[in-house]
Amino acid sequence: MRLLIIGFALTFLTVFVVLPLILVFSEALAKGVAFYLSALADDEALAAIKLTLIAAGISVGLNLVFGVIAAWAIAKFDFPGKTFLITLIDLPFSVSPVISGLVFVLLFGAQGWFGPWLMAHGVQILFAVPAIVLATTFVTFPFVARELIPLMQEQGQQEEEAAISLGASGWTTFWRVTLPNIKWGLLYGVLLCNARAMGEFGAVSVVSGHIRGETNTMPLLVEILYNEYQMVAAFAIASLLALLALVTLIVKTVLEGRIEEGLHPDDH
Amino acid sequence: MTIEVRNIVKEFGSFRALDNVDLRVETGELMALLGPSGSGKTTLLRIIAGLEWPDSGVVTIDGEDALAHGAAERHVGFVFQHYALFRHMNVFENVAFGLRVQPRKIRKSEAEIKKRVGNLLDLVQLGWLADRYPSQLSGGQRQRIALARALAIEPRILLLDEPFGALDAKVRKELRAWLRNLHEEIHVTSIFVTHDQEEALEVANRVVVMDKGRIEQIGSPGDVYERPASAFVHGFIGESIVLPVEVRDGRVRLGDRDLDLIAQDAAAGPSKLFVRRHDVAVGPSGSGVFEGAVKAVRAFGPMQRADIVLGGLGGDILIEIDAPRDHSLKVGDHIGLQPQRYRIFADR
Repeated sequence: MRLLIIGFALTFLTVFVVLPLILVFSEALAKGVAFYLSALADDEALAAIKLTLIAAGISVGLNLVFGVIAAWAIAKFDFPGKTFLITLIDLPFSVSPVISGLVFVLLFGAQGWFGPWLMAHGVQILFAVPAIVLATTFVTFPFVARELIPLMQEQGQQEEEAAISLGASGWTTFWRVTLPNIKWGLLYGVLLCNARAMGEFGAVSVVSGHIRGETNTMPLLVEILYNEYQMVAAFAIASLLALLALVTLIVKTVLEGRIEEGLHPDDH
Repeated sequence: MTIEVRNIVKEFGSFRALDNVDLRVETGELMALLGPSGSGKTTLLRIIAGLEWPDSGVVTIDGEDALAHGAAERHVGFVFQHYALFRHMNVFENVAFGLRVQPRKIRKSEAEIKKRVGNLLDLVQLGWLADRYPSQLSGGQRQRIALARALAIEPRILLLDEPFGALDAKVRKELRAWLRNLHEEIHVTSIFVTHDQEEALEVANRVVVMDKGRIEQIGSPGDVYERPASAFVHGFIGESIVLPVEVRDGRVRLGDRDLDLIAQDAAAGPSKLFVRRHDVAVGPSGSGVFEGAVKAVRAFGPMQRADIVLGGLGGDILIEIDAPRDHSLKVGDHIGLQPQRYRIFADR
């Protein structure tokens, strides 16, 4: 019976995870390493990689700061509307990414709330880099905050109180006590946030406008190339995203151990 | 350094944690705030430390308005029940923290910090643990490190919140004696919070008994034990026999019986008679105010503890008394009981 269950799980995993992963890499390398590398060195591919890095970099940076502040406020203070704020943080998780994208179209589109004003002042948000960054930031907002809130709640605020009673300022307390205590959890949140930011398709697809070499991120370019039957090129870009996923998984496993250690140091 | 607290009121929502509290702590005192959980003792301590703010009232430390400053500027050493050591720093860095975060102008040199931390670790007798991390220490060691860390900033006063509450009984007893000795050595004005009466009576030179956000009594350990000021204090400190009685025309009545006891200054009406378990003289039947039958006897140490069923009071009342071992008590004996010292407090 035990063998049967394990066998079933392994078969399932092989068919749905391992095989597709192998397929991505074998397809990408189908015409040899040289072709693979040239597909990645293509101007459009380079532009997409660059845009993805920019969008992920900015949105991860923003969510790092907002996430820490939001988690700090929620975990260490009591205020009216706290439950509402927690629900709000989860919103991007519960809403379809396509709808998240549409929200920005409604806000900044030609017929949107701010559209006419923005157009009058010559500011381009939709179908340009700003919209891609905004959509990515919105979709990935929960990762850092969600990771930190339970961690900070469990750690309590006694160490902070101790630091302050020893004469430390709020700023010093944050840098020397709070941050070292949450650093692994923070890194974990950033990692997941980054993986999602680089892989985001739905929301970005709605706001990007698919301008080749300008507003295509890596996932968008994969789709375009695939639709044009450029299989090898599509899978070459996809292999980069798959590689990112693998690295993320490995680092994530390492971090999980560290977080566990930080929470229950008595066990070691 | 004296501490003075006047008219402190603190509410959490509709719960009144502190209700007009006044307290004065003299220089060099080691004072205990004693009370059940929810009595407001920890809140009072945290207000003095600046970790909590009162709704109204005055707190002065050495004559200076403490409420004008936050916790960081008060120079108050605070020791937490669960130690609150910085988990990512070793013992040395924990103790050095207060010195390292001082403004650059007055910050000590690395050599001075090293020397001072070394002295403090010697003071708490844990110099050999300097490189360890908090997770590698026992509870008692952690609490001594927490104390050394609090003393590093040369605090004007030292506040300890249930310092031994998380430790097991044996370590707790050791640390009690140790804290007393340490206080005699460094003589910093100290207040500690506890719900353990034995701890308060044994360690402090003055005890403040609190209940429901009010101070019930302030006095020496002898005072609060021998001369409780209220029914609450009598019931909370030491073990007492409590009987519901009624005071009428200066007489004490239990049920329809007139007890041959003095009403003291209790007002007429329903009251409580308090007798310490060891303040009951046991004699032959007919020798005391109460008659009883021995139901069970447990002998240990110099005393024996007996369960006695009091009779003739309209329904049986079970009490526990402590009697010297030389007085033989056997199950089934009928005995007379005479309270030698007792207090009567009118019900509030």
